[in-house]
Amino acid sequence: MAKIIFITSDSEKIELEATSGSVMELAVQNGVQGIDGDCGGVCSCATCHVHVAPEHFAKTGPASEIEQDMLELDDDANEYSRLCCQIEVSEQLDGVVLHVAK
Amino acid sequence: MSENQTCVVVGASHAGVNFAFALRKAGWQGSIKLFDADPSLPYHRPPLSKAYLTSSDAIDKNLLKAAETYQKDDIELNLGVKVGRIERTAQVLHLENGEQVAFDKLVIATGARPFIPPIEGLDSASNLYPLRTAQDVENIRQAFAHSAQKRVVIIGGGYIGLETAASLKKLGGEVTVLEREQRILARVTAPYMSDYFQRLHADNGVAVATSKNVVRIETRDGENSVQCDDGTVYPADIIIVGVGIRVNTELAVQAGIEIDNGIKVNAQAQTSDENIYAIGDCTYHYNPHYQRFIRLESVQNAVDQAKVAAASICGQEVEYDTLPWFWSDQYDVKLQMVGLSQGYTDILVRDENEPKKFSVWYFKGDELLAVDAVNNAKAYVVATKFIKSGEQIDKAKLVDASVEFKPANLLSRVQVC
Ligand SMILES: Cc1cc2nc3c(=O)[nH]c(=O)nc-3n(C[C@H](O)[C@H](O)[C@H](O)COP(=O)(O)OP(=O)(O)OC[C@H]3O[C@@H](n4cnc5c(N)ncnc54)[C@H](O)[C@@H]3O)c2cc1C
Ligand code: FES
Repeated sequence: MAKIIFITSDSEKIELEATSGSVMELAVQNGVQGIDGDCGGVCSCATCHVHVAPEHFAKTGPASEIEQDMLELDDDANEYSRLCCQIEVSEQLDGVVLHVAK
Repeated sequence: MSENQTCVVVGASHAGVNFAFALRKAGWQGSIKLFDADPSLPYHRPPLSKAYLTSSDAIDKNLLKAAETYQKDDIELNLGVKVGRIERTAQVLHLENGEQVAFDKLVIATGARPFIPPIEGLDSASNLYPLRTAQDVENIRQAFAHSAQKRVVIIGGGYIGLETAASLKKLGGEVTVLEREQRILARVTAPYMSDYFQRLHADNGVAVATSKNVVRIETRDGENSVQCDDGTVYPADIIIVGVGIRVNTELAVQAGIEIDNGIKVNAQAQTSDENIYAIGDCTYHYNPHYQRFIRLESVQNAVDQAKVAAASICGQEVEYDTLPWFWSDQYDVKLQMVGLSQGYTDILVRDENEPKKFSVWYFKGDELLAVDAVNNAKAYVVATKFIKSGEQIDKAKLVDASVEFKPANLLSRVQVC
């Protein structure tokens, strides 16, 4: 069981718990504003963009090549950007704070 | 203002569901009622021929939204209910179960259904299915699990047919794709891409036969033989029909709404009746970038039109103006497409000197129309930027893989003023 904390662009804080699946699925299932997951989680739409809190970046690890490429020209992307359909829920994530990108 | 009003949506899939949530977000205070004939909670369609088909997941692993989120946003979801007729002047919907539902605003998001071609013997074929709904996948999975030889014939070499071929091959099927045209994906890509995908399938052990016009299916003891007009015959335990779609325009036609290759809508997704909007696969709409009316079958179009219709109904000034994009996943190949290639005069291929990674750039003179990127998300985003901005590309640099893939590096120095 991992606790994942989303902070939306309206600064709403949503704490969720999960054991499996992707972080995008968890967010969509709970209606986290700003995470749409339009492509169903195959890294094609970039509607699941989050900024990992810098102090928690070790929990998620860096973006893969395809995530980086998808976000390359996104003005809101930074070094802590991830497409959260590519983050699998695991114990390791416990306590992670994710800021939903605009 | 919208407090006592009712917005009714026919069709609860990518377009209808995204619309309902967008409408609430845009400030609609009245009731929102979604109707769909499909009894399942609304789900993602693209995975049906891809990862969902090869998984053993139930459909609840593939939902557009969780059940509770509809309640949270006070969206009434009526599933397994078919809408039979729109009475336009009275602003009432007639459901097939005899009930009536009044509306102030109506959104038609009826999408499309698979086209079933008039092939002799098709109705009595064994284990023959289209692929558009969760039930279709369930039927295919069941038939596949119970088939000893798992010989699959797929009629139609479009994206859905090819994805289904890759998925059923992965599950251990003996798969053959029969395409009527001289090449697969003939309607949507350049010959270069058709050749690439033909080889990709061959390399993965799927036979793709072109110029195969299926004219008859004979079925004996549950075993089908699929016959083409050139005399060739393919035995099949399971047949998948993937030869395109028919738009669900019947409700609109009967209501006297303007139709032209789909339900005709303006830049606000409004039909010829000001209280009735249409969104998604069922619409024939204007694309400002390409300056022509088009019909699209894509999640992008369904979602973007949904947002425009919602904003417009809530009184915001919006116009539909987005670039079409699409994707397809087959084996280890991820294809991402942006733009519309119709009308191209030449194509350039940029090879990245890495296996299975390249992009095909469609130009009309110097204007970039569209790009197909294979395992190359960077090409896809760079192309999106260039198509949007209209900036000219230095073609020599584009095809030179040693030039790093950054917009600034590809800009043509001779800019037309
Ligand atoms: C197998 C498959 C793979 C695909 N892959 C991709 C892909 O990779 N990328 C991509 O962008 N797109 C893909 N698409 C296309 C994409 O799924 C569609 O563009 C999208 O579903 C369109 O959404 P829509 O809501 O407009 O219509 P639909 O999804 O067709 O939904 C229309 C809904 O209306 C309902 N309905 C119709 N008439 C009535 C009535 N009278 N009463 C009640 N309900 C009614 C139907 O039951 C249906 O649920 C794929 C489609 C399929 C089938
Ligand atoms: S859900 Fe589409 S990129 Fe993550």
